[in-house]
Amino acid sequence: MTAVPGDHPVLDGPLLDGAAGPVVRPYSVTYGRTRPRSMLDLTTMLLATGRTPRHMEPEHAQALRLCRLATSVAEVAANLQQPVVVAKVLLSDLIAWDALITGVPTVDNPDLQTMKDLLDGLRKLQFSDPYGDDPDRGEDSRRGGLRGG
Amino acid sequence: MGKTTLVKSVSEIEPLTTEENLTVAGIGTDSLDGVESKSTTTVALDFGRMTFTEQNLVLYLFGTPGQDRYWFMWDELSRGTLGAVVLVDTRRLPACFPALEFFEQRGIEYVVAVNEFDGGFRYTTEEVRDALTIRDQVPIVMCDARNTRSATAVLISLIEHVLLAVTSRTA
Repeated sequence: MTAVPGDHPVLDGPLLDGAAGPVVRPYSVTYGRTRPRSMLDLTTMLLATGRTPRHMEPEHAQALRLCRLATSVAEVAANLQQPVVVAKVLLSDLIAWDALITGVPTVDNPDLQTMKDLLDGLRKLQFSDPYGDDPDRGEDSRRGGLRGG
Repeated sequence: MGKTTLVKSVSEIEPLTTEENLTVAGIGTDSLDGVESKSTTTVALDFGRMTFTEQNLVLYLFGTPGQDRYWFMWDELSRGTLGAVVLVDTRRLPACFPALEFFEQRGIEYVVAVNEFDGGFRYTTEEVRDALTIRDQVPIVMCDARNTRSATAVLISLIEHVLLAVTSRTA
């Protein structure tokens, strides 16, 4: 796959009403592109290669910074405060520019040891949890009701 | 309802919310039977993270809306998933049918967690199992999604269930 930074494809279709989004439209960040160039899932993991593309938008730079440690597509999207598809377009640019590499979680066929380790971790957490019985951490506490039972 | 709370209870980061596919959102209507306090439809994807340093593992948690019009999101999330928690609101039991059907069809292991909070009807696990015709093999756990320990227990029951399923498949 080759990257052409000056390549600004046209919109797939008109954006109307709510679909047009906020005043600064998210898709302007991607020059209207709504289809990423690479196959990315929400859980695809990304890691910066250390290579910095010469011509990139501020949003690309921001996305790249978020991937200095292995990070998922969903986490990048949330931190960019952009819809997932926008993040995917930006990330796929960075992949095409060799600034990012991807990895997929190895759980499609989970190995027993990983599962056992996870279970071990969860059980330890449950017994050491500092928040234990504090329901005020949850949003439901805003409803103001007392726990029945 | 309660997905954001459940994710928040166990996530080490403040749950992040992001939007998926703006053009699909808003098709169809949310069921509001008996849920007067919730006037807007959730189109957001909640997302949390748990790091287990000792085990060198990171667990990602994704909370997605339960209506079947969001199946396109579940399809993507179900690639690379360990398993699923179907969080049941007792005030609208039938709302979780699409989720149950989805995971059954795709052979994705899941547990059913019944969120017990104020204003909800109290059922026993067997009543929930009968009402939703859930297989005996699928664990049903009661939880308080606001409580970290309770939410962690839900995840533990899921991993135990997945482990059992994997072990019996390979046996």
